[in-house]
Amino acid sequence: MDVLYFAWVRERIGQPKDTVDTGAATVRELVQELRAREPRYEAAFADLDALRVAVDQELADFDTPLSGVREVAFFPPMTGG
Amino acid sequence: MDVRVQDVEFDLGAELNRFAARQTGMGAVVSFTGIVRDLAEGLDVMQIEHYPGMTEKALTKIAQEAKTRWSLGDVLVIHRHGALRADDLIMMVATSAPHRVDAFAAAEFLMDYLKSRAPFWKKEVTKSGEDWVAAKDEDEDALTRWN
Repeated sequence: MDVLYFAWVRERIGQPKDTVDTGAATVRELVQELRAREPRYEAAFADLDALRVAVDQELADFDTPLSGVREVAFFPPMTGG
Repeated sequence: MDVRVQDVEFDLGAELNRFAARQTGMGAVVSFTGIVRDLAEGLDVMQIEHYPGMTEKALTKIAQEAKTRWSLGDVLVIHRHGALRADDLIMMVATSAPHRVDAFAAAEFLMDYLKSRAPFWKKEVTKSGEDWVAAKDEDEDALTRWN
């Protein structure tokens, strides 16, 4: 599964993308796995309220199941317009 | 429906003229234009990041939703990404409808959703450093009027 990062999430992690092999059932479980990797991931995911998530390019929430999902993206609240 | 995400400039007058010329039988065209402001006082560059693929889908979905809510002729959305400077045009929306009330409401709806639900992020780069622009509570609150 591809995991994408945007804006300051990308900057904190230091790269725009990871390809992960995960057994996580939900986005929240995936976040727990990522946080355990390295301090830069811990820093990026320290405050979930400050983050938004998209699953296969649709806005989702942290309890969204990951079965069959190909792409998960994490980013701060959007500021278009 | 025309949704474009691009790094190059667009010609506001030409886009609006082209859009209006296509609208047969419509009594109203409303447009909104977003312009880079130098809120940081000394803005060097406004860097606009987006999520390729999802951005186009999100904008299309927002535009389709507007067409189900109001009696519209057509919708145009152009949003730029990349490095912009103060007074550059960031984006525009245009709507057409038989009546102005629908055209105005749809344009406001598009802007409210686009600000908080389309995957763009702005970073202000100044001489003294750089900062991501934080989302505003009032932009999120603005969505509640469409529920």
